[in-house]
Amino acid sequence: MSKTRQAGAGMRYTLGQFASHAFLLALAFIFMFPFYVMLVTSFRAPQELFTPEFNWLPQTFTGAHYYIESLTATPVLTFMKNGVVISLGILLVQLLTAIPCAYALAKFEFRGRELLFAIVIFALTVPIQVPALPLFLGLNAIGALDTYFAAMMPFFLSVFAIFLFRQSFKSYPDEIIHAARLDGMSEWAILWTIVVPGSVPAIAAFSVFSLTSHWNDLYWPMIVIRSNELMTPPLGLAYFADSESGENYGALMATATILTAPLMLAFLFAQRQFIRGITMTGVK
Amino acid sequence: MPADIAAFPGPAPVAASPRRRHGAQIPGWVSWSLAGPSVVLLVLLMLLPIAAIILLSFTDYRFGALEVSFVGFDNYADLNTDRAFWRALGNTFTYVAMVVPASVFLGLLLAVLINGLTRGRKIYQLIFFLPVTATLVAMATVWKYLLHGTIGPFNLLLKSWGLPAIDFFSDPDLVLGGLALINIWSLAGFNMVLFIAGLTAIPEELYDAASVDGMESPLDRFFSVTLPLLGPTTMFVIITSTITAFKVFDTVAVITRGGPRRGASDVLLYTTYLEGFTYFRMGSAAAMTVVFLAIIMIFAFLQARVLDRKVHY
Repeated sequence: MSKTRQAGAGMRYTLGQFASHAFLLALAFIFMFPFYVMLVTSFRAPQELFTPEFNWLPQTFTGAHYYIESLTATPVLTFMKNGVVISLGILLVQLLTAIPCAYALAKFEFRGRELLFAIVIFALTVPIQVPALPLFLGLNAIGALDTYFAAMMPFFLSVFAIFLFRQSFKSYPDEIIHAARLDGMSEWAILWTIVVPGSVPAIAAFSVFSLTSHWNDLYWPMIVIRSNELMTPPLGLAYFADSESGENYGALMATATILTAPLMLAFLFAQRQFIRGITMTGVK
Repeated sequence: MPADIAAFPGPAPVAASPRRRHGAQIPGWVSWSLAGPSVVLLVLLMLLPIAAIILLSFTDYRFGALEVSFVGFDNYADLNTDRAFWRALGNTFTYVAMVVPASVFLGLLLAVLINGLTRGRKIYQLIFFLPVTATLVAMATVWKYLLHGTIGPFNLLLKSWGLPAIDFFSDPDLVLGGLALINIWSLAGFNMVLFIAGLTAIPEELYDAASVDGMESPLDRFFSVTLPLLGPTTMFVIITSTITAFKVFDTVAVITRGGPRRGASDVLLYTTYLEGFTYFRMGSAAAMTVVFLAIIMIFAFLQARVLDRKVHY
């Protein structure tokens, strides 16, 4: 991509590049500012927060103080464990249910296929807030509120995964599948040992999308989780931000840092997969 | 909807004609055993609840109540005269009207500038995408402090530059703007990535052709080549952003809880949440949900229309 290079030689080119960089750097500074405030506040003494001017660096560096306070005084590690259990549990069931369904939709002709696919497309547009009330009543009826199961259940089926994997499986060559079939492999074995390995990028992208959206979800846990021991990171933080530590910004920012860190670090290590995974909803 | 479920074919009887695919005989039950678990979940988690929410919206059901009766369109009629509901709906649209233009414009600007760079594209993309990956609830607590009226760093900076403080979250007139700011910050990078994808799909030859036609300045080429070709992408980004902004919930729940003063930042999903899960007025919450679904369906329909005309993704 060398559009700018063609725009004109010499001065104008460098000037344009320079202006772009200057502008982007200024915007980048603004975009990073909240992260900076989060970090710097987690390292400074409380009395500094009430000074009349903003100091860019802590006058008294508190080190790991607020991080230790956050980890010991609040169940942050429990929140994170719950986040891991719930988002991985959801992802596992989503993959186990969506992959076979997507395979059937992509590679077989059967009665009701069109209808099934039409319903999948329709369901793609329905956010969790729509079935939330009846699902809550159903969970209440079976006495399952305030459990891991309640936190995961609405997401066991991802129509988005079905849609995405169907696209990916469709492009898998029929000839190979057919050859495996002639060798006497079962459809189940063909799917998991031949077709699925060919779709690893799509599955990875979806996994990133699913894990981030459920790690970050506040809405559904807020409805079904009551006990502290089962709270997810967003719910735990919202609860914690609200209760005793309302004014303890150091600890609050340390907690926010701890809870955001896993996804941010994962993003830094796997940028491509993250950008692909997260923007996939926009490109479907 | 129930009619659809009834018409849904169960596992096809084995006697039904097996389908041929590349010479292989695949009986219908194989397909249905693959799709079966998903179909069951689709019915239980999606179709039945949607049918239930529509039914509920015609009842006076309250959570825990022993009797329920059908009240016809009463819930909808009540919503129609409910000022709090209209305020929430109005706030939601005001919020959308702030978030969408700003985040789409910013996304496009970032994409075009970054795409034109000869070096440093990666790092800028990384920086602007970072807010998209950050846990919104955690960042909402940061923003709440950042924009705090007296001790927030934003206002301390304004004051040190001799400017008056802006207390977003205590001023009923500014609170939606403050919330919108957060969403613009967390959405611009997302839109940027979609725009960059759109830009990369524009054939280089078109720019060469534009040069031959004497369009030398970057601005000329932007308006004559880039923008028209980004049309479908732009439409798509606008609709996707609208849906995202329309579903605003987390920041309201964490920062303002609908305040300050009654309902200044009440939005549709938050009001519905309170109605259903705090006051347990299920009938009326169901009616609000149906309104929400109807609006989302309109957006989704537009999105599908745009996608149909778009080839390059």
